Amino acid sequence: MDRFMLGRKVGMTQFFDEAGSAIPVTVLECGPLVVVQRKTVEKDGYAALKVGYGEVAPRKLTRPVKGQFEKPGITPRKVLREFRTDAAHEVGSTLLVSDMFSTGDRVDVSGVSKGKGFAGVIKRFGESGGPETHGSMYHRRVGSMGANTDPARVLPGKKMPGHMGAERVTVQNLDVVLVDGERNLLVLKGALPGPRGGLLEIRPTVKSGK
Amino acid sequence: MDIIKVLEQEQLRGDLAPLDIGDYVKVHLKIKEGNRERIQVFEGTVIARKGKGLGETFTVRRISYGVGVERILPVHSPKIDRIETVRKGKVRRAKLYYLRDRVGKSAKIKEKLASAPKRG
Repeated sequence: MDRFMLGRKVGMTQFFDEAGSAIPVTVLECGPLVVVQRKTVEKDGYAALKVGYGEVAPRKLTRPVKGQFEKPGITPRKVLREFRTDAAHEVGSTLLVSDMFSTGDRVDVSGVSKGKGFAGVIKRFGESGGPETHGSMYHRRVGSMGANTDPARVLPGKKMPGHMGAERVTVQNLDVVLVDGERNLLVLKGALPGPRGGLLEIRPTVKSGK
Repeated sequence: MDIIKVLEQEQLRGDLAPLDIGDYVKVHLKIKEGNRERIQVFEGTVIARKGKGLGETFTVRRISYGVGVERILPVHSPKIDRIETVRKGKVRRAKLYYLRDRVGKSAKIKEKLASAPKRG
Protein backbone atom coordinates (compact mmCIF):
# COMPACT_ATOMS: atom_id res chain seq x y z
CA MET A 1 0.00 0.00 0.00
CA ASP A 2 1.92 2.96 -1.27
CA ARG A 3 -1.02 5.25 -1.71
CA PHE A 4 -2.85 6.85 1.17
CA MET A 5 -4.31 10.22 2.10
CA LEU A 6 -5.81 12.07 5.01
CA GLY A 7 -8.71 14.43 4.60
CA ARG A 8 -11.66 16.14 6.11
CA LYS A 9 -15.26 15.61 5.10
CA VAL A 10 -16.70 18.76 3.57
CA GLY A 11 -20.21 17.50 2.89
CA MET A 12 -22.41 15.76 0.40
CA THR A 13 -23.92 16.90 -2.88
CA GLN A 14 -24.68 15.34 -6.24
CA PHE A 15 -22.82 15.07 -9.52
CA PHE A 16 -23.97 14.05 -12.98
CA ASP A 17 -22.06 11.13 -14.51
CA GLU A 18 -21.37 10.58 -18.23
CA ALA A 19 -24.73 8.90 -18.65
CA GLY A 20 -26.41 11.99 -17.26
CA SER A 21 -27.63 10.31 -14.07
CA ALA A 22 -27.32 12.16 -10.78
CA ILE A 23 -25.09 10.28 -8.34
CA PRO A 24 -24.69 11.05 -4.63
CA VAL A 25 -21.18 12.13 -3.74
CA THR A 26 -19.16 13.16 -0.70
CA VAL A 27 -16.57 15.91 -1.03
CA LEU A 28 -13.32 15.69 0.92
CA GLU A 29 -10.63 18.24 1.44
CA CYS A 30 -7.40 16.22 1.33
CA GLY A 31 -3.84 16.98 2.29
CA PRO A 32 -1.32 18.21 1.55
CA LEU A 33 0.47 15.79 3.84
CA VAL A 34 4.04 16.20 4.95
CA VAL A 35 6.31 13.25 5.74
CA VAL A 36 7.45 13.61 9.35
CA GLN A 37 9.28 10.33 9.80
CA ARG A 38 10.20 7.30 7.76
CA LYS A 39 10.26 4.02 9.66
CA THR A 40 12.31 1.17 8.27
CA VAL A 41 12.47 -2.55 8.94
CA GLU A 42 16.12 -2.31 10.04
CA LYS A 43 15.55 0.44 12.55
CA ASP A 44 11.95 0.10 13.68
CA GLY A 45 11.04 -3.46 12.77
CA TYR A 46 8.47 -2.41 10.17
CA ALA A 47 8.23 -0.01 7.25
CA ALA A 48 5.92 2.97 7.57
CA LEU A 49 5.57 6.66 6.93
CA LYS A 50 4.49 9.07 9.63
CA VAL A 51 2.67 11.99 8.06
CA GLY A 52 1.29 15.27 9.35
CA TYR A 53 -1.82 17.05 8.17
CA GLY A 54 -3.39 20.43 8.91
CA GLU A 55 -2.11 23.58 10.57
CA VAL A 56 -1.84 24.11 14.32
CA ALA A 57 -0.33 26.78 16.55
CA PRO A 58 2.82 25.48 18.28
CA ARG A 59 1.56 26.67 21.69
CA LYS A 60 -1.25 24.12 21.49
CA LEU A 61 1.11 21.16 21.36
CA THR A 62 2.82 19.34 24.19
CA ARG A 63 6.57 19.11 24.23
CA PRO A 64 6.73 15.43 23.16
CA VAL A 65 4.57 16.13 20.13
CA LYS A 66 6.51 19.27 19.25
CA GLY A 67 9.75 17.33 19.38
CA GLN A 68 8.64 15.10 16.52
CA PHE A 69 8.37 18.13 14.28
CA GLU A 70 11.55 19.83 15.50
CA LYS A 71 13.83 16.98 14.53
CA PRO A 72 13.01 17.06 10.79
CA GLY A 73 12.44 20.83 10.97
CA ILE A 74 8.81 20.89 9.90
CA THR A 75 6.19 23.39 11.05
CA PRO A 76 3.77 21.68 13.46
CA ARG A 77 0.75 19.83 12.06
CA LYS A 78 -2.58 19.15 13.72
CA VAL A 79 -2.79 15.47 12.94
CA LEU A 80 -0.07 12.82 12.95
CA ARG A 81 -0.82 9.47 11.41
CA GLU A 82 1.25 6.49 10.43
CA PHE A 83 0.68 4.38 7.32
CA ARG A 84 2.34 0.98 6.83
CA THR A 85 4.18 1.35 3.55
CA ASP A 86 7.65 0.98 2.13
CA ALA A 87 7.17 3.90 -0.24
CA ALA A 88 10.41 5.89 -0.28
CA HIS A 89 9.19 9.43 0.26
CA GLU A 90 11.78 11.78 1.75
CA VAL A 91 11.21 13.21 5.20
CA GLY A 92 9.83 16.72 4.74
CA SER A 93 8.36 16.01 1.31
CA THR A 94 4.79 16.97 0.52
CA LEU A 95 2.18 14.43 -0.57
CA LEU A 96 -0.75 15.62 -2.65
CA VAL A 97 -4.06 13.93 -3.31
CA SER A 98 -3.57 14.33 -7.06
CA ASP A 99 -0.41 12.18 -6.88
CA MET A 100 -2.15 9.47 -4.89
CA PHE A 101 -5.49 8.89 -6.59
CA SER A 102 -7.10 9.52 -9.94
CA THR A 103 -10.62 9.40 -11.31
CA GLY A 104 -11.94 5.87 -11.67
CA ASP A 105 -9.95 4.40 -8.75
CA ARG A 106 -11.66 2.45 -6.02
CA VAL A 107 -10.86 3.37 -2.42
CA ASP A 108 -11.62 2.42 1.17
CA VAL A 109 -12.28 5.19 3.66
CA SER A 110 -12.00 4.95 7.44
CA GLY A 111 -13.19 7.43 10.02
CA VAL A 112 -14.91 7.76 13.34
CA SER A 113 -18.70 7.54 13.01
CA LYS A 114 -21.10 10.01 14.59
CA GLY A 115 -21.78 9.22 18.25
CA LYS A 116 -25.35 8.19 19.02
CA GLY A 117 -24.97 8.00 22.80
CA PHE A 118 -26.68 5.29 24.85
CA ALA A 119 -29.01 3.64 22.36
CA GLY A 120 -31.64 0.93 22.70
CA VAL A 121 -31.79 -2.29 20.70
CA ILE A 122 -34.11 -0.87 18.04
CA LYS A 123 -31.72 1.90 17.01
CA ARG A 124 -28.57 -0.06 17.78
CA PHE A 125 -29.36 -3.45 16.26
CA GLY A 126 -32.44 -2.76 14.18
CA GLU A 127 -34.74 -4.95 16.24
CA SER A 128 -38.42 -4.54 15.60
CA GLY A 129 -39.95 -3.75 19.00
CA GLY A 130 -43.55 -4.20 20.05
CA PRO A 131 -46.84 -2.62 18.97
CA GLU A 132 -47.32 1.07 19.81
CA THR A 133 -51.09 0.84 20.47
CA HIS A 134 -53.97 -1.60 21.13
CA GLY A 135 -53.17 -1.71 24.84
CA SER A 136 -49.60 -2.72 24.25
CA MET A 137 -47.26 -1.80 27.05
CA TYR A 138 -44.30 -3.31 25.27
CA HIS A 139 -42.94 -0.62 22.99
CA ARG A 140 -39.17 -0.56 22.50
CA ARG A 141 -38.02 -3.15 24.99
CA VAL A 142 -35.16 -5.61 24.67
CA GLY A 143 -37.35 -8.71 24.93
CA SER A 144 -36.27 -12.18 26.01
CA MET A 145 -32.85 -12.62 27.54
CA GLY A 146 -32.80 -16.29 26.54
CA ALA A 147 -33.89 -19.68 27.85
CA ASN A 148 -34.60 -20.47 31.53
CA THR A 149 -32.97 -23.18 33.67
CA ASP A 150 -30.73 -24.35 30.92
CA PRO A 151 -28.38 -22.45 30.38
CA ALA A 152 -29.43 -20.36 33.44
CA ARG A 153 -27.41 -17.40 32.21
CA VAL A 154 -27.49 -14.79 29.48
CA LEU A 155 -25.41 -15.96 26.56
CA PRO A 156 -22.47 -13.80 25.51
CA GLY A 157 -23.18 -11.53 22.59
CA LYS A 158 -26.83 -10.95 23.58
CA LYS A 159 -27.91 -7.73 21.89
CA MET A 160 -28.59 -5.18 24.59
CA PRO A 161 -28.77 -1.39 24.92
CA GLY A 162 -25.50 0.47 25.18
CA HIS A 163 -23.21 2.98 23.58
CA MET A 164 -23.55 3.34 19.83
CA GLY A 165 -21.46 5.15 17.26
CA ALA A 166 -18.24 7.14 17.74
CA GLU A 167 -16.26 4.08 16.64
CA ARG A 168 -13.94 3.47 13.75
CA VAL A 169 -15.85 2.55 10.61
CA THR A 170 -14.46 1.62 7.19
CA VAL A 171 -16.47 1.96 4.01
CA GLN A 172 -15.04 -0.17 1.21
CA ASN A 173 -14.90 0.03 -2.55
CA LEU A 174 -15.95 3.60 -3.22
CA ASP A 175 -15.64 5.13 -6.68
CA VAL A 176 -13.41 8.16 -7.11
CA VAL A 177 -15.56 10.57 -9.09
CA LEU A 178 -13.17 13.50 -9.25
CA VAL A 179 -9.72 14.52 -8.06
CA ASP A 180 -9.04 18.25 -8.00
CA GLY A 181 -5.32 18.83 -7.60
CA GLU A 182 -5.63 22.61 -7.51
CA ARG A 183 -8.00 22.78 -4.59
CA ASN A 184 -6.90 19.46 -3.04
CA LEU A 185 -10.36 18.00 -3.31
CA LEU A 186 -11.44 14.39 -3.58
CA VAL A 187 -14.98 13.52 -4.61
CA LEU A 188 -16.19 10.00 -3.80
CA LYS A 189 -19.43 8.28 -4.64
CA GLY A 190 -21.58 7.50 -1.63
CA ALA A 191 -21.67 8.36 2.06
CA LEU A 192 -18.76 8.38 4.49
CA PRO A 193 -18.60 7.93 8.27
CA GLY A 194 -18.45 10.85 10.67
CA PRO A 195 -19.57 14.46 10.80
CA ARG A 196 -18.63 17.25 8.41
CA GLY A 197 -15.10 18.26 9.27
CA GLY A 198 -14.33 14.77 10.55
CA LEU A 199 -10.93 13.25 9.81
CA LEU A 200 -10.87 10.45 7.24
CA GLU A 201 -8.19 8.06 6.02
CA ILE A 202 -8.28 7.13 2.34
CA ARG A 203 -6.54 4.03 1.00
CA PRO A 204 -6.79 1.95 -2.18
CA THR A 205 -9.48 -0.67 -1.75
CA VAL A 206 -8.70 -4.16 -0.50
CA LYS A 207 -11.51 -5.53 -2.66
CA SER A 208 -10.39 -7.48 -5.70
CA GLY A 209 -12.52 -5.50 -8.12
CA LYS A 210 -14.50 -8.47 -9.42
CA MET B 1 -15.64 29.90 0.61
CA ASP B 2 -18.15 27.11 0.76
CA ILE B 3 -16.56 24.35 -1.30
CA ILE B 4 -19.82 22.48 -1.87
CA LYS B 5 -21.49 25.59 -3.24
CA VAL B 6 -18.55 26.30 -5.54
CA LEU B 7 -18.56 22.72 -6.86
CA GLU B 8 -22.29 22.88 -7.51
CA GLN B 9 -21.97 26.27 -9.17
CA GLU B 10 -19.51 24.79 -11.66
CA GLN B 11 -22.03 22.19 -12.73
CA LEU B 12 -25.02 24.47 -13.10
CA ARG B 13 -26.25 25.00 -16.64
CA GLY B 14 -26.71 28.58 -17.65
CA ASP B 15 -27.41 27.78 -21.28
CA LEU B 16 -31.03 26.69 -20.90
CA ALA B 17 -34.00 28.96 -21.37
CA PRO B 18 -35.53 30.18 -18.10
CA LEU B 19 -38.48 28.12 -16.94
CA ASP B 20 -41.60 29.51 -15.35
CA ILE B 21 -44.48 27.69 -13.75
CA GLY B 22 -47.42 27.32 -16.12
CA ASP B 23 -45.31 27.51 -19.27
CA TYR B 24 -46.03 25.04 -22.05
CA VAL B 25 -42.61 23.70 -23.00
CA LYS B 26 -40.93 21.25 -25.32
CA VAL B 27 -38.06 19.52 -23.55
CA HIS B 28 -35.54 18.02 -25.95
CA LEU B 29 -33.95 15.05 -24.20
CA LYS B 30 -30.85 13.17 -25.25
CA ILE B 31 -31.59 9.47 -25.27
CA LYS B 32 -28.71 6.99 -25.51
CA GLU B 33 -29.44 3.78 -27.40
CA GLY B 34 -26.35 1.64 -27.36
CA ASN B 35 -23.76 4.01 -28.74
CA ARG B 36 -26.21 6.05 -30.77
CA GLU B 37 -27.71 9.22 -29.41
CA ARG B 38 -31.02 10.66 -30.47
CA ILE B 39 -33.27 13.45 -29.30
CA GLN B 40 -36.68 12.80 -27.83
CA VAL B 41 -39.12 15.62 -27.23
CA PHE B 42 -41.38 15.66 -24.21
CA GLU B 43 -43.88 18.47 -24.21
CA GLY B 44 -46.25 19.64 -21.55
CA THR B 45 -46.97 22.18 -18.86
CA VAL B 46 -44.44 22.98 -16.14
CA ILE B 47 -46.44 22.43 -12.96
CA ALA B 48 -43.73 22.61 -10.29
CA ARG B 49 -40.14 23.49 -9.52
CA LYS B 50 -38.63 21.92 -6.44
CA GLY B 51 -35.36 22.23 -4.57
CA LYS B 52 -32.47 24.55 -5.20
CA GLY B 53 -28.96 24.52 -6.55
CA LEU B 54 -27.78 21.50 -8.48
CA GLY B 55 -30.56 19.30 -7.12
CA GLU B 56 -33.38 21.48 -8.41
CA THR B 57 -36.04 19.64 -10.42
CA PHE B 58 -39.08 20.60 -12.46
CA THR B 59 -42.21 18.64 -13.29
CA VAL B 60 -43.72 18.60 -16.76
CA ARG B 61 -47.28 17.32 -17.13
CA ARG B 62 -49.16 16.38 -20.24
CA ILE B 63 -52.16 14.30 -21.20
CA SER B 64 -51.13 11.44 -23.42
CA TYR B 65 -53.86 9.25 -24.95
CA GLY B 66 -56.21 10.29 -22.16
CA VAL B 67 -53.72 9.45 -19.44
CA GLY B 68 -51.90 12.07 -17.40
CA VAL B 69 -48.13 11.72 -17.67
CA GLU B 70 -45.67 13.62 -15.51
CA ARG B 71 -41.93 13.68 -15.82
CA ILE B 72 -39.68 15.05 -13.14
CA LEU B 73 -36.37 16.27 -14.52
CA PRO B 74 -33.33 17.89 -12.91
CA VAL B 75 -33.10 21.50 -14.07
CA HIS B 76 -29.36 21.15 -14.62
CA SER B 77 -29.36 17.66 -16.10
CA PRO B 78 -26.89 17.14 -18.95
CA LYS B 79 -29.53 14.91 -20.55
CA ILE B 80 -31.51 17.99 -21.51
CA ASP B 81 -30.47 19.17 -24.94
CA ARG B 82 -32.61 22.31 -24.90
CA ILE B 83 -35.92 23.61 -23.65
CA GLU B 84 -38.30 25.40 -25.97
CA THR B 85 -40.98 27.61 -24.47
CA VAL B 86 -44.05 27.34 -26.66
CA ARG B 87 -46.42 29.46 -24.58
CA LYS B 88 -46.12 31.41 -21.36
CA GLY B 89 -48.82 30.64 -18.82
CA LYS B 90 -50.73 33.03 -16.60
CA VAL B 91 -50.87 31.38 -13.18
CA ARG B 92 -51.12 32.52 -9.57
CA ARG B 93 -49.51 29.55 -7.85
CA ALA B 94 -46.03 28.07 -7.66
CA LYS B 95 -47.37 24.52 -7.74
CA LEU B 96 -50.13 23.63 -10.18
CA TYR B 97 -51.07 20.29 -8.62
CA TYR B 98 -54.74 21.24 -8.94
CA LEU B 99 -54.44 20.43 -12.65
CA ARG B 100 -54.25 16.74 -11.76
CA ASP B 101 -57.88 16.74 -10.63
CA ARG B 102 -59.12 18.54 -13.71
CA VAL B 103 -59.82 17.55 -17.28
CA GLY B 104 -60.90 19.41 -20.37
CA LYS B 105 -61.38 23.13 -20.36
CA SER B 106 -60.90 23.62 -16.62
CA ALA B 107 -57.41 22.13 -16.95
CA LYS B 108 -56.42 24.84 -19.37
CA ILE B 109 -53.98 27.58 -18.44
CA LYS B 110 -54.52 31.07 -19.77
CA GLU B 111 -51.76 32.43 -21.88
CA LYS B 112 -49.68 35.23 -20.47
CA LEU B 113 -49.15 37.83 -23.10
CA ALA B 114 -46.18 40.11 -23.11
CA SER B 115 -46.84 43.69 -22.04
CA ALA B 116 -46.54 44.72 -25.67
CA PRO B 117 -48.44 41.81 -27.23
CA LYS B 118 -47.13 40.48 -30.49
CA ARG B 119 -49.97 39.49 -32.75
CA GLY B 120 -49.53 36.60 -35.11
